[in-house]
Amino acid sequence: MSVNDKIVTDFVNNGISFVTTVPCKQLGGVIEKVEAHPDIYHIPSNKEDEGMGLCAGAYMGGKRPAIIMQNTAIGVTINTLVTLTQYYRMPLPMLISYRGELGEPVACQAEMAVHTKGLLNQLNIPTYHFHEESDVEELDKILAYTFMCNKPVAILTDASFWKGY
Amino acid sequence: MIRSEVLKTLIPVISDTLTICNIGLPSQEMHMLDDQPTNFYMLGTMGLASSIGLGVALAQKEKVFVIDGDGSVLTNLGTLPTIANNVADNFVLLIVDNGSYGSTGDQPTYAGKKTSLTEVARACGCENVIECSAEETADVVKEALAGDKMTVIVSKCESGNVKVPVITMDPVVIRDRFMKVIEARNA
Repeated sequence: MSVNDKIVTDFVNNGISFVTTVPCKQLGGVIEKVEAHPDIYHIPSNKEDEGMGLCAGAYMGGKRPAIIMQNTAIGVTINTLVTLTQYYRMPLPMLISYRGELGEPVACQAEMAVHTKGLLNQLNIPTYHFHEESDVEELDKILAYTFMCNKPVAILTDASFWKGY
Repeated sequence: MIRSEVLKTLIPVISDTLTICNIGLPSQEMHMLDDQPTNFYMLGTMGLASSIGLGVALAQKEKVFVIDGDGSVLTNLGTLPTIANNVADNFVLLIVDNGSYGSTGDQPTYAGKKTSLTEVARACGCENVIECSAEETADVVKEALAGDKMTVIVSKCESGNVKVPVITMDPVVIRDRFMKVIEARNA
């Protein structure tokens, strides 16, 4: 099974049926699989905080949501994560492309990469970092953990994990 | 009519409807006028009332009503294309357009100047957009909630506020009782 298929299968096996996305080149493949899956309602967002609002609503409406976005979105969504997702204690798996790591061709991406883990740490957001392809084996447990503890949880996926892009 | 007067006329129409109340005074006014488990009060997060409401509407069958504001929609303008392209016929968005950021001291918004949110919503692809006066709002909302068509209502009202207490209810309590109503009604 491809990494993208594995991710979407784990989503569905954990009851996730509402996924919002803001694209990144590294995430193109998984977004295609999300769009194609019959058990997932895929709703692209124009901005990641908007997406987190949609996910909060879907969760209260009885669906398990997830967001797929780039690490630059951490800068966009801090207020939403703190005053909506965390304040109301809602679960939100965040599959995040960790741009600006080894293999990155775009210099500006390194600027947000150096802040990514520090910001997540400051926000007390449980954070997992997928570097080797085999790290994806942990995804199923991470998703179960997210819906157990009702927290936003970050899954950073770097260029080595995606084998470049 | 100012927003709080418009909300007062809405109470008999929306009291039993799942209602997402925008941050600041709209939530506080709804809480003071008619606190219900069907009300979800936003205690923070400017701009996301319509997004939260659309998420609830897409996830379940009950009608969802959102009390939003012009300033809030301008903050999250990307919401209108998302609404237009993800049609939920159980979703009614009311934009109380008083041309000002009411909760922060009535600073003017661009919606009170050259920008028409009615035209913006239409240009974004929303198919059923109604602009009405403050006085007409309750009737327009009643008809929209009785219908089965996603509707965006822009209610043009005057700027101004009344004094209302802040909400001290715990956010998890607000969320939990709201979810329990939704679960029961979708059972």
